[in-house]
Formats: sequence, C-alpha cells, structure tokens
Amino acid sequence: MAKLPVFVKVIAGTQPEYLHPDYRSSVKRAPTRPLVLLPHSLSERTGPVFGQDCVRATDGDLTAQHAGAPLGERIAVCGRLLDEGGRPVRGALIEVWQANAAGRYLHKMDQHNAPLDPNFSGCGRTLTDADGRYQFLTIKPGAYPWGNHANAWRPAHIHFSIFGDGLLSRLVTQMYFPGDPLLALDPIYNCVSDEKAKQRLISSFDLATTTPEFALGYRFDIVLRGRDATLMEK
Amino acid sequence: MTYVPLPSQTVGPFFSIGLSALCREQIEFESGEGKRVVIRGRVLDGDGQPVPDALLEIWQADEATRVSVAEDADGRREKIPAGFGRIATNERGEFRFSTIKPASRRDENKLMHAPHLAVVVLMRGLLRHLLTRVYFAGEAANNEDAVLKLVPPERRRTLLAEPADESASELSWDIHLQGERETVFFEA
Repeated sequence: MAKLPVFVKVIAGTQPEYLHPDYRSSVKRAPTRPLVLLPHSLSERTGPVFGQDCVRATDGDLTAQHAGAPLGERIAVCGRLLDEGGRPVRGALIEVWQANAAGRYLHKMDQHNAPLDPNFSGCGRTLTDADGRYQFLTIKPGAYPWGNHANAWRPAHIHFSIFGDGLLSRLVTQMYFPGDPLLALDPIYNCVSDEKAKQRLISSFDLATTTPEFALGYRFDIVLRGRDATLMEK
Repeated sequence: MTYVPLPSQTVGPFFSIGLSALCREQIEFESGEGKRVVIRGRVLDGDGQPVPDALLEIWQADEATRVSVAEDADGRREKIPAGFGRIATNERGEFRFSTIKPASRRDENKLMHAPHLAVVVLMRGLLRHLLTRVYFAGEAANNEDAVLKLVPPERRRTLLAEPADESASELSWDIHLQGERETVFFEA
C-alpha cells in the first residue's frame, strides 16, 4: 500500500487570516470562534483522484474554444507544481478561470460596463505532467472595478484551483502579473502578512516561455501543502 | 529544504466559469452498494442571510477510495473520482447532494471514526477555504469518535445531519458561518 502523505503545520503569516476587514466580504463570512485542531486521519490525508478522463487535450488552450481568436495580448502561463519537499506533484488537476482582456467575466453577476468577447469563455483545465509541469495558453486578463471601497479595482489575475495528493493539499488561489500598480491597493492580495509569501502570488515574466512572433510567457510555480521530506524521515 | 506553500486567495464570485464543469451532486463509489442518503441545507452568513455564491466540496474516504490513492502511480483512470462531490449553492443559499452513507471504522491506532464526510467550503469573502465535517445524528459510534471528542460538547450538534422530516428520507444540515449556531470549522 502507498504511504499516506505527512503534513506540516501552516507557517504563521504565510496564509491569510479569515477575517481581513479591508476585504469587506470577509466581515460577515469569516468564522468568529477558534478553529478546532484536527488530527490528520484518512479523510484529510486522502483526496479525490482526477484522471485524464476529466480533461481534454484542448482544455489547456483558452484561445481556441470558439470559431475566432479572442481579443487581447496572447500569453502562455506555465510552471511547476511542487510539494513542501520540493518534489513534483504529478497528474494533479489544475482548473483556471479569468476575465477577458477588457476585464469582464462571462458570468451573469458581472455587471462591469466592458464588452464581452464572443471568442473567449475564460475557463481552462489541465493535469500536471510527470515533472509536475503545467501550461495554459490564454490572453492577459484586464483589471476591473469592484464594490469593496470607493474606486476599487482588482489587479489583473487568473484564478487557480488545484487538487494535490490529499484533501490538505487543496488550494484555491489567484495568480497576478509583475509590475501591476494595482497590487499595492488590493485588499485581497494584501491579506497575506508575510511579504515573501505574498510576492509568490505574482508570476514572473519569462523570456524562455515566450513563443517568438506569437505569445509572451509568464511563469508561476505553485507549492502545495503535503509530503514534507524532513518529516517523512523522522 | 522546505518549500513554503503558496498563499490561498478567495474563490471570488465568478467561480462557476471555471469550476462548474466538475460539479456533481451525486457522489459515486466503485461498488455502488450501500444505503444512499440525501443531505440538504443552507449556507448562512453572520446576519443569517443565505449565501448564494458558496461552493461545497465533499470528500468521503472509504476503503475503495483509499485503494485508488494507493494505485496513483499510473492507475488514474476513473472518469469520476469515487467519493467526491462538488455543489454550488443556489440563489436561496441552498444545497443538496446524495451519497452512500459511509461505515464507521477503527484506524491503525484503534481510534474510532464514526461515519462522516469531509466538507471544504469556498466562497467570496473567504480568503482561505473552510474545512468541516458532517456526521449522522443518532449514530452510536458518534460517542466514541476521535474527532467529535475534541469538539466542545455544546457545539457538536453543528456537525450533525438530522432527519429533515418524519419519513427521514432526507437529512438536513446547515452551515452557519457565524453566530449562536456557528458551525465547527477545523484547522488541519
């Protein structure tokens, strides 16, 4: 039988607190009572295993889901999925979603006065390969206004949802772009107090990922909880 | 060398674009045997208002799913991962799903685990997802459960799915994010 993964505790400041008053929606939705510390049983150490059947080869290309090409700056986003021991997480499901180049989501609740793009749905899926690598082809999403405070704008971002090995590896996060002046003003990005941890949410421009005459490249490596090497040996 | 896990960020209000394709309200198992139960309820915020944009992920680890993890080197062939459900709340904050009621079991340390489901709760306003559990009211093994014992007795009820009506064909379980009946959430 395979060994069940061993997990280490969250390092203080590297994950957001639930209550972050600058992010207004957290005020009525963050739990107010202390969380109960949960020993890791089968329910937490294991998790759903998604296979090739959940993903089509074309799901990773968000620019090829319609008759025409979407408007915007074409980009490749790639990176590696690693565990806390730095080992690749293979065959992991990554789901992404994003606004179009004008900063508008294909969603009935998005009322931002910017055009929809008939050639862009903004949804992709892929599995990591044997080295934990993934890649998406998409267009750079636009910034958009939101109602959190006066003149609030979300920095451009791509939502990521990832299933690693076991429920405790579950991660939902957002990828940002380097040099975005809106990052300093964004209460969601700034909910993480550890500066280094926070900056890892920003992808890096990567010339090696760029395809000449075709698309710019951004690199976004992702570390999930789980399988810490030093603890496994104890 | 230890790598620090990437911070979580909220799933936001528009997650259905990316996550609805793998939504499923009927949790499946390889054997398909056992008693199928329906669990329904509402997600409520600190004002008692329904949350119309929450997403629940249910994970039910039984012996069958344990085997599929053990075979993960090259055995990832399932179309639908056994034991997994993903359900979005509707505009009234309601959710509903069905599963096969799990059995109680003792682990390798002889600790009792009463029948339960693990639940991940995601929504706009949550910068990290929440982790909770559903147990079954009236289950004898609940009194011995290794995790329920860690929960203050007066709060254990927040984790119990109760018969929704006299016929007991459906079970009811609400998630209260705050307030008098705030659901027990776990740090794992």
